Amino acid sequence: MSLAKVTQVKGLALAVPGDDIDTDRIIPARFLRCVTFDGLGEHAFRDERTGPDGLERPHPMNSAQAARIAAAKQGVMVVGFNFGCGSSREHAPQSLWRFGFTAFVGGSFAEIFFGNSTTLGVPCLTLSKDDLAECDAFVRANPEVELTVDVQNLVVTAGAKSWKASIAASARDGLVNGKWDPIADLLEGAPAVDKTAGTLAYVVGK
Amino acid sequence: MAKTLFQKVWEAHTVRQLPNGQTQLFIGTHLIHEVTSPQAFGMLRDLGLKVKYPQRTFATVDHIVPTNELKEPYSDPIAQEMIEALRKNTKDFGIRFFDTNTGTQGIVHMVGPEQGITQPGTTIACGDSHTATHGAFGAIAFGIGTTQVRDVLATQTLALSALKVRRIEVNGQLSPGVYAKDVILHIIRVLGVNGGIGFAYEYAGTTFDGFSLEERMTVCNMSIEGGARCGYVNPDQKTFDYIQGKPYAPKAADWDAAVARWASFASDAGCHYDDVVKFNAAEIRPTVTWGITPGQAIFIDEKMPALETLNAADRATAEDAYKHMKLAPDTAIKGTKVDVCFLGSCTNGRISDLREVAKYLKGRKVSPTVKAIVVPGSQLTAIQAVHEGLDKIYIEAGFEWRGAGCSMCLAMNPDKLVGDQLCASSSNRNFKGRQGSQTGRTILMSPLMVAAAAITGQVTDAREVFKV
Ligand code: SF4
Repeated sequence: MSLAKVTQVKGLALAVPGDDIDTDRIIPARFLRCVTFDGLGEHAFRDERTGPDGLERPHPMNSAQAARIAAAKQGVMVVGFNFGCGSSREHAPQSLWRFGFTAFVGGSFAEIFFGNSTTLGVPCLTLSKDDLAECDAFVRANPEVELTVDVQNLVVTAGAKSWKASIAASARDGLVNGKWDPIADLLEGAPAVDKTAGTLAYVVGK
Repeated sequence: MAKTLFQKVWEAHTVRQLPNGQTQLFIGTHLIHEVTSPQAFGMLRDLGLKVKYPQRTFATVDHIVPTNELKEPYSDPIAQEMIEALRKNTKDFGIRFFDTNTGTQGIVHMVGPEQGITQPGTTIACGDSHTATHGAFGAIAFGIGTTQVRDVLATQTLALSALKVRRIEVNGQLSPGVYAKDVILHIIRVLGVNGGIGFAYEYAGTTFDGFSLEERMTVCNMSIEGGARCGYVNPDQKTFDYIQGKPYAPKAADWDAAVARWASFASDAGCHYDDVVKFNAAEIRPTVTWGITPGQAIFIDEKMPALETLNAADRATAEDAYKHMKLAPDTAIKGTKVDVCFLGSCTNGRISDLREVAKYLKGRKVSPTVKAIVVPGSQLTAIQAVHEGLDKIYIEAGFEWRGAGCSMCLAMNPDKLVGDQLCASSSNRNFKGRQGSQTGRTILMSPLMVAAAAITGQVTDAREVFKV
């Protein structure tokens, strides 16, 4: 299985502020009533974007900038801390990815969300608190400037600005080498898997 | 070298190092449900792959099952489609399915322990973030995404990096009216909702030694609310006694060897922990959340925090929380009117929860302004409760007695809040919209506190209402 090498993601950026944004907010549970991920993109942040009255609410995802990212199917979401906490639903990164986001930059990411995203080939890069604040402010003030998320060199740049970024070494390695989906490696280990299975009493039925 | 349970289980299940530095970890037990598995089976078919060890995956249906409608087809065609997809997938791939007509269906995190599938020293994965529940038995259990469900189906392994281990010790006796739920809400309040990122939580101390397996499950269940992907308690005699005689427990001839093996996985005295945090059980009081994250919690007799007392980062979330909850900073939460009371979920929908509340409920009546529902987490729990006559006590008091499932813990079935209803809930998440209405409000608490709210129609101290 050959996958694209994700060394760099370039695109317009959208700031979605707030810490502890949970996956119930990213994709409300009612949209999990499905047997495929198709069509999830349009429901990303649905209840934040639309009020109970059915009217649009002020939310970054309703902005012209978000629409541009959706049209380009390419863009960077700049988020706060502990983004994607809560439910393990892969529907969350799937919906944002299908909407058009191809990278995340934030203060920190909940672990399951992080894993679910990188396995889609969508990098989640972390900036220091101060850098994130600066990046966030820059993105709001300069919506027309593209952000470059450089996974290879661990830096986020926009215009003349740049911020040092980080990501777990294993995730970076997978992205830049086109091995972000581990299935090929895992399948390759099959003989070793059988060997381990044989050493586990509960697996062999005791 | 002295090792933690986490390290021992990790080593026993390590298949090999992957080129990117991660571990290919063997997953001995895989649990699946209808929400996060259909796409994984789809990917499997697309790639032309088989299920490697079908006998090590177990399925049930919980999120979408209506709890007040037993006959199929369900009135919700999507729910029907999802249950049928799981039937087809488990049949096509030869996976055991604890279906609704077996008397064993239930919330996935209740079915594993009830069947004796959940065992010490094992690795357990499930496409559900509350998988840490199984850690109560000394298993390393964690939630995974759907692509990873595919990985486990196809290879029985996952690509993972080891976690650090934080030992959380709680010592001493809990006061009357204080429960395992209060312990975990308190831990999350103190360590924060992201305090556990990168850690497995090892819960220990005399309080945990004294806890039943069901109480340990309540705590491990909410590890993820504290940011920890995995939480566990070292196995002991109570663990072994709980498993003995369950359908999937080792047979008599293998029993002694199994117990010896299980015991050997417990953390060694003198092992290294990346962090240790200690709590005194006597200081914990009944705890309730006031906001939109499980860490926004206070003791029932405290005031909600004034905004000035919070640091800048917490303040923004708190402001959002007060607005959503329609509550005021620096005021008491006691006396807040509730509309709905939900007793159930994989946190507190077990038989011990139903028994404990029933003890106090006899002769009491649910307030006429409250809709109260009680939802046993599994069919086995429901059957046992009915056998003990607990259902009558609840119905007599004015609760609706429901069938097994996730119900109002999340909004994927007909049990939902309406408008800005406020729900006193024994579940684990108070996120905005979690209970099915965008403006709905959730206050997390112990089962007995839910019952006290049901009777008085307001958030209140169960110790006073029931003279505990
Ligand atoms: S009861 Fe709630 S938390 Fe538990 S599995 Fe069901 S939806 Fe998830």
